[in-house]
Order: sequence, then C-alpha cells, then structure tokens
Amino acid sequence: MILVMNLERNRKPSHQATMSRRDALKRVALAGAGVAMPNAWSGSAAAAGEGKTGPLTPIGRREALETLNAKECDILEAIVARLIPTDDNGPGAAEARAAHYIDRALAGPLSSSRKAYAAGLAAIDAYALAKRGRGFVSLAGADQDDVLTDIEKNVPTDVWPNASEFFELVRLHTIQGMFCDPYYGGNANFIGWNLIAYPGIRLAVNADDQRMQARPEPLRQSAYDLAMFAKRGGEHGH
Amino acid sequence: MVTKLKSVDVVVVGLGAVGGVGVLPLTQSGLDVVALEAGDWLSSRDFAPDELRNNFRGWPQTVQKVQSEIPTHRPNSSAAYSPRMALHPMMNAVGGTSLHYWGLSWRLNPWDFKVVSETTRRYGAGRIPNGSTVEDWPFGYEELEPYYEKVEYAIGVSGQAGNLNGRTDPAGSLFEGPRRREYPMPPLRSSEFIAHMTAAAKKLGWNAFPGPAAINSQPYEERAGCMYHGFCNRGGCHVSAKNSTAVTTIPKAQASGRLQVVTRAQATAIEVNDQSGRVVGVSYLRDGQSYFQPASVVLLASYTYENVRLLLLSKSKSFPNGLANNRGQVGKHYFSHFAGSKVTALFPWELNNWYGMPAQGVAVDEWADDNFDHTGLDFIGGGNLWVYSDRRPIDAASMEMFGQAPRWGAKWKAFIKQNADRWNLANIQKTTLPYADNYIDLDPKEKDALGFPVCRITADFKDNERRIGAFMQEKMTRWFKEAGAVAIALGPVGTMGVSTHAYGGTRMGDNKETNVVDRWGFSHEVPNLAVLGASVMGTSGAHNPTLTAQALAWRTAEHLAGHWKSIANS
Repeated sequence: MILVMNLERNRKPSHQATMSRRDALKRVALAGAGVAMPNAWSGSAAAAGEGKTGPLTPIGRREALETLNAKECDILEAIVARLIPTDDNGPGAAEARAAHYIDRALAGPLSSSRKAYAAGLAAIDAYALAKRGRGFVSLAGADQDDVLTDIEKNVPTDVWPNASEFFELVRLHTIQGMFCDPYYGGNANFIGWNLIAYPGIRLAVNADDQRMQARPEPLRQSAYDLAMFAKRGGEHGH
Repeated sequence: MVTKLKSVDVVVVGLGAVGGVGVLPLTQSGLDVVALEAGDWLSSRDFAPDELRNNFRGWPQTVQKVQSEIPTHRPNSSAAYSPRMALHPMMNAVGGTSLHYWGLSWRLNPWDFKVVSETTRRYGAGRIPNGSTVEDWPFGYEELEPYYEKVEYAIGVSGQAGNLNGRTDPAGSLFEGPRRREYPMPPLRSSEFIAHMTAAAKKLGWNAFPGPAAINSQPYEERAGCMYHGFCNRGGCHVSAKNSTAVTTIPKAQASGRLQVVTRAQATAIEVNDQSGRVVGVSYLRDGQSYFQPASVVLLASYTYENVRLLLLSKSKSFPNGLANNRGQVGKHYFSHFAGSKVTALFPWELNNWYGMPAQGVAVDEWADDNFDHTGLDFIGGGNLWVYSDRRPIDAASMEMFGQAPRWGAKWKAFIKQNADRWNLANIQKTTLPYADNYIDLDPKEKDALGFPVCRITADFKDNERRIGAFMQEKMTRWFKEAGAVAIALGPVGTMGVSTHAYGGTRMGDNKETNVVDRWGFSHEVPNLAVLGASVMGTSGAHNPTLTAQALAWRTAEHLAGHWKSIANS
C-alpha cells in the first residue's frame, strides 16, 4: 500500500501518462541499453571531504548533449541552479550535475517527458523575455527566481502542457538528479548525499548503527561499485 | 498457429504471492501442476540497493506485463478520470510482488470475518453504512487459523504472539485472535527510534508491539537473517532474508518434481467447453507464440485486477459476459485499503531512520476493527497505527515542509539539510468496506499492449472511511506528540485508484447471487475453476492482506487435493 506514496510523486498529468504508457515497453529496453558510465564517482569521496581515500575525479570531464539541445540544456542548467542553489550550505544541483542526469534520463527512462521539456523550457525562456526583457539564462538570480515562482504558480497560461505541472516535473527530476545513486549521472561527488548527511549504502547494519545518536561513517559508493549488483564484465568497459 | 500442449492436472495462472503458495500443497499431494508466470526468475544480483531504479523506475527490468495494464480510475460513474498512474505497483516475476513487498504478515482479527453480525449484535443493524454490500465471511477466524499457521511456517514469519491458545501477552497484540502455535521466529530487531515510539505509546496506556513480518529475524531453513540494510520498500532481498514465494514455497514445490514453471507466459483466456460448462485449460502467449495448456482444473492466481480482467475477457457461449459471471458479480464488491489521511511528524532531533525497513516497526491496534467501543461514534471499524524505520535519500529530500519553508531555493535547501532525517510518516491502514457503486469493469477505450481492454476502477471512499480517517489522524497525532514531535502535517483522503491492497471483484461467500466463489474458493458457476488472491476477500480489516490471501490459497489448494476426484471429474 505504502508504495503508493512514492508512486504518487511519479504521477504525471493525464496526457503525459498516455505517452508514458506508449513508451513503457520501449522504456524497459532503453533502460537496459543505457549507459556505461565511467566510475568517476568512486574515488571522489576525498574531494568531497568524506575521508575515504582514492583517486580524485578528473578535472574538466566533459559531458555530451545526449537528448536536449545546447540551448535547452543551458536553460535547464540555470533552472536547477535556482531550485537547489549553491550557497553557504554547500554545492547545489549545478555541481551535483542534476541537469546532466535529466538530459541522460530523457533519452531513456524519462523519454515520455521529452516533449514536455522541449515545450516547457522554451516557454520559460519566452516568458523571461516577455516579462524581464532577457532570456532566462541571462537574468540575474533574483529575477530568475521571480520567473520560476510565476511558473510554479501557473501564472503564464500559454505553457504546454501547463506551467505548474512542468515546474513540478522539473522539481521532481532535479531532486532525483541531486540525490540518486551517482551511477545515473547526478549526485556527482555525492553532493546530494553529503547535504542531507545520508550515511550511505552499507549491506550490513547492526543495532548500534540504528541508534538515534549514531553517526556511522558515511560510505560513499554507488550500488554498482559492488560487484554483487553489477553487470559481469562491466569493469572492462572503460 | 496454436500449439496444444499435453494435459496436466492443474494449471495455475500467476506464480506470485498466492499461486506460489498454492502449488505447494498441490504438488505435495501428488498432483502435476503447470504454473504460467508472465515474468521471469530473478536472482540476488537483481536486488541492488538503488532507490531510483526500485522506487521511481518500476524495477525490475523483466517482462513487466502489468505495466501496459495499469487500470484507469474514476471516483464515480459520472466523474472525470483521475490521472493515470505512471507505474503499476505490482510486478511480474516468479514470486511476484512478494519479492519486493514490505513483508508484513498480519493475520486478520476475528471481527474482520463477522463485520455484519458482530456490528448488528453490538450496535444494531442500522450501523452498517448505507450502500455497503459487506457480508460476513462464510467462516470465522478459527477456520482459517490452521492455514495461517501452515503458511507462517512454510515461508517463515517473525513476530511476537499476543494470544497463544487464549493466554495473552502484552508484548504482542492483546487484540489478535488466539494462535495455536508461536511464530516460527522471534520478532525483528527494534531500533532506538522505534523503542522511543513504543515507550510513548505505553505512556498513553496503549498496547504497543512489534508487527509480524515474512522476513527472517534469524537464519531460517538455510536462508540468512535480515541485514537491516534498507531498500526493502519496493526492493528485493539480496540475501533472501525476505521470504518471497520464489525462495520458499516454490522451490519446495519444485523439489517434488511435479511443478513445471513456464516463465514469460501471458495468459489470454481461460477456455470453456460449452457442452459441459467446465473450463478445459488456458490459452497463453509466450515470446510471440500461442499455446493452449489443457488441464483438469484451473486456478486463477494473479493480482486482483488481473483476476477480474481475465475472467471478463474469457467470454464464451456459456458465459457471454465473462467466465463465472452469469450473475454479474465479477468486478463487484471491489475496494482498496484506505491508507490516505496520513500523518507526518517532525522531530527536533535526528531519528536515524536511514536503515531498517518498513517491517521493522511498532504497532498499536487499540483503535483497529472493533477493539474499542463505537457507541456514540458515527462509523464502524478503525485503523492500525504503524511506525517504522525506512528512509532513502530521494524520499528524504522530498519531505513535507510543514509550512515552515518554501519548496525550493536556498531556504528549502537549508530546511532539508536540517530535517531530512527528522521526520516520520505514518500510513494508517483503515477498515474499508465494499459498496454497491464501487466496482471494476473493462475500460471502453484503454487497451493493453495486446489490444485487450484494461480494468477500469470506479470507486471512492465513503463517509465511513473518511470518518475513520479523521479519527485515526487524531490518535496518530497524539502518539507523535507524546513522543516529542514539534510539527504535524495531516495528509488528504486521496483517491481510491490503483492500489497494492486491492480486494474483492471475485468475492467469496455462500450466496451465489452476491459472490463469485464459494467458501472453498471455487466458482459457483464453474466447478473446476478456483480463484486465489485478495480478490476473494470481502473485508480488509486494518492489516496487510498478503498472509490472509496466502492462507486462503493454501486452504483452496488443500481442498482441491482432498476432493480431487469430485472436482476434477464432476
């Protein structure tokens, strides 16, 4: 029953749900064909100051535009950086590579949302231009927040499918990109898990680890750093 | 071209939580069984601790037949459709949803079998809500008790008895029906937060106790004890400590040499001989090929929606409105467990709920069923309070804001940084009754991948459920506040759409005018067709349905084996 809790967050407006059904079988195939992502995160705990040793993430790793075009990607980068900003509480969705997670997922498991992103990102940019005289990316942070607040509150009425629904979609996916297993291209350097002090994936948890005052040493690994859950032969792929 | 296969004694449609139990007594009694399963075998390597894949992307990546069959929903026959769910909550695999369910293995309480007569006896007939089609079960708790015990020992259930042969023990539930035998394993470990909540309940004078789970609290039959690593909520167990039928009853049945498992098999119709009015076998598709599996007896054992759907799709001259449906009862008396009206609490300290699982928790049944006096109240039934340890990063960050911060930006970020591990959500399972205008039929428009119509749910919670919801929210709020919560958020009633606790549609009862199957689970209209699953249950009680559905499955299978000649050749 309580599964419904998570599923409700995955609910989409009905026309999107239609797409999602059509894409459902395709999606299964695409997800399997996904991505052989290099293990960039596996040694990155030291960089994040978590005390685990290992090689640092290579500086300046470049990312392909896998699904969105360059302009769409720039707008999305700017949006996620306002949803979870970089501030005194640490790095945000930009550094966690939430936009990269979304771009990659739109080619596969989130492909049913691709059209909504095309329309929604263009609509946000057009709205920024009409209301503030500049495209979204060129606006100051506070002005970007004003635009996003209007989108969240469904002020512009000419957005397909619907401004606030698109806002919720991007918010959902940005949170996924901030806090997911880093295998999927987000939560880079475990920025999301560090923010909320998630102690990490550990396969055996004892009673002491479950005390309220317990602060088990944060383990910073992907589920797929564990050979027991990985594709066999995957270590030869990169 | 259809390949006609060699006839077998019994064909079972669906090898999940209930089909996977039913095959054991059948094969042990010497019957040859073919089980058709739409999914495939999964192994420990499939059960990664991966929240995105498990909870948001509909793990696993096997043959998810159900994903193209997600029912539609509308609250009533003149209302607009609700947004269609993006993911089906159940899964196709050998073991079915018992692979990734929470594992809570409750028995129903005696009252749940006698809602009509007990309510009438204690408060008068006027207290049965208007429009409800609820009936007493054709038997009481004591009839099902031995089967509960058989399943608890066959799959392995951890728990604390509260009533052993009439001797009560407040360490367990004081409200449960008498058990003849202890649980096969002691309850799962508590955690400090759960112990804290337990102490708060006791301060309120409530009987608080650990819930029963099909999860090993210690090694059981060669399988490991639970490692409490989390990811149990919609995730399988990589050490087989969760006792799905895939690692318990199905391998036991296979060991008999009498169970043939056919994976990736999608049943398309149960076939009928129009001369005799009996079923003769099942047609199915496998990897694009058509097969017909003849059998002396057919057991329909898929999920509630699929059970109803396959019957409605199996039309013939003898059954023009769907198999076993000449009285129009298939799809009727449908309801899903009311788990809306949730309560979320915020505490001023870290709870450390990152590990453990939804079955590691504490229950209060003070306000369930008829465990308290309803005189002067405007509803019957109640709810089960259940607090547990379960948290994953995406879910933690998606937390309720309690009106204290916006939903994004720097203030949101600061809020979740502080509070991501300081909240707890109580889903409260509540008595839900069947009503004449809540039902399942076939959707006139939406089709599955093969072009067959999907189920359409027409259902809404009524006054009785809504009143329980408000009543239980008040109790849960008291409990959280007693434990030190500083903020409470009350969730909405919600819609009665697709659920993991879907009941009815092929209800069990002696009256053939109002029930699809008889007291043994066999169709009133088709003597060699039985139905397994919560679709036969006429009431929900306030507890998870799986163990009851499994106990009923065992009982139906045992009845079949014991009356084989009369059922197979009648």
